[in-house]
Amino acid sequence: MSTVLHMLQPGPQTTVQDLGRHGFQAYGVPVCGALDGTALRLANALVGNEAGLAGLEVRLAGPTFEVAGGPARLALAGAQADIEVIVADETSRYGAWRAIDVPEGARVRIGALTGSGGAMLAFAGGLAVPAVLGSRATDLKGRFGGHEGRPLAPGDRLPLGTRAVQGPCLEIPSPPRAVGEIVLRAVPGPQADAFTDEAMAAFFTTSYRVSREADRMGMRLEGPPLAFRDGADIVSDGIATGSIQVPGSGLPIVLLADHQTIGGYAKIATVISADLPLAGSLMPGAQIRFRAVTVAEGEDACRAREAEIARIIASLAPVREGARIDAAALYGANLISGVVTALESG
Amino acid sequence: MGARMAGGQVRMQRIDARARFLPVGDTAFAVEFGTRIDPAINALVHRTAALLAAAPPEGLVETVPSFRSLLVHYDPRRTSAQALQMFIGALELEDAAGDAPARVWRIPVLYGGEAGPDLAEVAAATGLSEPEVIALHAGTLYRVYVQGFLPGFAYLGDLPEALDLPRRTTPRVRVPPGSVAIAQRMSGIYPVESPGGWHLLGNTPLRFFDPLWSPPTLFAPGDGVRFVPVEADEHAATREAVARGSYRVETEGTPA
Repeated sequence: MSTVLHMLQPGPQTTVQDLGRHGFQAYGVPVCGALDGTALRLANALVGNEAGLAGLEVRLAGPTFEVAGGPARLALAGAQADIEVIVADETSRYGAWRAIDVPEGARVRIGALTGSGGAMLAFAGGLAVPAVLGSRATDLKGRFGGHEGRPLAPGDRLPLGTRAVQGPCLEIPSPPRAVGEIVLRAVPGPQADAFTDEAMAAFFTTSYRVSREADRMGMRLEGPPLAFRDGADIVSDGIATGSIQVPGSGLPIVLLADHQTIGGYAKIATVISADLPLAGSLMPGAQIRFRAVTVAEGEDACRAREAEIARIIASLAPVREGARIDAAALYGANLISGVVTALESG
Repeated sequence: MGARMAGGQVRMQRIDARARFLPVGDTAFAVEFGTRIDPAINALVHRTAALLAAAPPEGLVETVPSFRSLLVHYDPRRTSAQALQMFIGALELEDAAGDAPARVWRIPVLYGGEAGPDLAEVAAATGLSEPEVIALHAGTLYRVYVQGFLPGFAYLGDLPEALDLPRRTTPRVRVPPGSVAIAQRMSGIYPVESPGGWHLLGNTPLRFFDPLWSPPTLFAPGDGVRFVPVEADEHAATREAVARGSYRVETEGTPA
C-alpha cells in the first residue's frame, strides 16, 4: 500500500504544481507550474527526486495533513516556516530547507511562511496525480490538472509515488535568500515603441508597489501611470511568463505562470527568467524596481543561475542532528507561543 | 512542400526579409510579420510554425502563433536568441495569399432566446432585423486565425462589417459554455464557462477543448468554420448525441 496525504486544513491556497505544461500554448493552454521553479527543484533534490516531480505550492501559510498508508519523506523550500510533526502526543519541530522523515500515522502542520509569499513542498516519489497534457500542474482557470483542477480542500486524499527512501535526510547548508531592495531585471520590449520616451525612462527608475490584485496569473503594480504614444491596444500577440503588459490605466501588470497565452495590451518589458522565482514570491505591499538588461545579459543570468542551482544541489549534506531544536524544552521555557497564520493576522 | 502556382510562379522569400524579430525576455522572441489582422499575414505565421515543428532547431521549446506574429520560446541553456534568429531568418516561405481552408467545420447553432441573449440588442445596435443578423453571421465562411484567451477559444474572422460592434461595456461574469459570440470583426465560441465581454448570438452543444484529446482542440489553425442555424429540437438532440459521444462534427470540402 502506498502513502496517501489526507488533507485536514489545506492552507489559503495550496495547489499541485510541477515545472509547467509546455507545448500546448498554441491551443490556448497556459503553462502554469510552480511560481518559484527553483524552490521546487531544490525541494525535490532534498528528498531525492528528479527536478520536475509534482509537489505542493503553498501560499502564505502551509497545510495540515495526515500521512497515511506508509511513511513519507518531505522538504519545504522557498520560504521559512515552522514544520510540526505530531506522532501521538509528541511534537517534533523542524524548519524549511531540509528533508524530514514522517512516520505513518503522523500529522504534519506547516505554519505561516516568512521571507517569501510562496514555498514548495516536495515528497519523495512526488505526488501521484494523473498527468494531463504531459504535466501534473493545476490549471485553475481551465479547471484541469493537479488535484481535480482546483486548490486543495479539507478531506482531499493525495497519493504519493512509490519511491524507496534511501540514506540520511539532507539539508541545504546555506539556503538562498533575497536581501535588500528588490530589483527585477527586465528586457525592454516587445512593444517598447508603444510608450513615450519619458514613460520608458520612468519605468526603469520608478519604485512600484505590488497591489492586492496579485495571483498566479499576474500582479498589478501601483505607481505613476505610464504614457502611450497611441494607446494601449495592439493586435493580440503571444505572451511570455514575465511579460509586463500595460493596459489603458498605464499601470503595469507582471504576468506570471497562469497567464493567458495571447493578449492585446502593449508589453513594455519582460522580466528575465532568472528573476521570475523572485517575482513569483512577492506579496502585496512589496516595493520593487526594474533594471533594464539586454537579451544577451538575460541569457547569461539564466546560465549563471543554473550553475548556482547546481552548486547548491552539490552542497546538500546530511542534517546535523545536533542542530535540531528541542521543541519540548522550548515549550517548557515558554519561548514559543502559538503559531499565527497569515490569514488570522490579516 | 507543395509548390502551388500563384500567378504563374511561386515567390519564395526569406523570413528575415518578411518579418522583424522583437525581444521578449531571455527565453522568447516574436517573429512579427505585420501589425494588422490579415489572412495572408496570418498564413505566414502558421507556415513558419509548421516549418519549425517539422524540423525543430536545437533549444526550441514551443511556438505560439497569433494573428500577425509567432512567439518562439527557447531554452537559453541550449541556444541563444541570436543563433535561433539566424536560423529562422534564413528559412524561406512562399507567398500565402488566397489560401482556401483545407477543411471547413459545420457548427450547428441555436440563435436567439436564452441561447443568444444579445441577439435583439445586436439587431438594434446594427439597425438590422434579427433574421438579418442571423443570415449575415451564418452566411460567412470564417477562418481560424488563432487560438487563445481560453483553452480552445478560436478567433474566427472576418465578421461582416455590418455586424462590427465594440465589446460590451460591462463584461458578463459567467458566459455559458458553447456560447457563440461576436465582437469587432471576430466571432468566437466559449469552450468553457468564463467571464466574457462579447455579444452572445446563440449556442452550440459541440465541444471544442478536452485536455484528454490529442491534440486538445477541435479546430486547427487555418481551418474554415461555418455556422449552421438549427431549431431548438435539433439543438437538444445534438446535445444528447454529444453527451453520448456519438456525434461526429460535419465538415465540408476536401479533407486535409
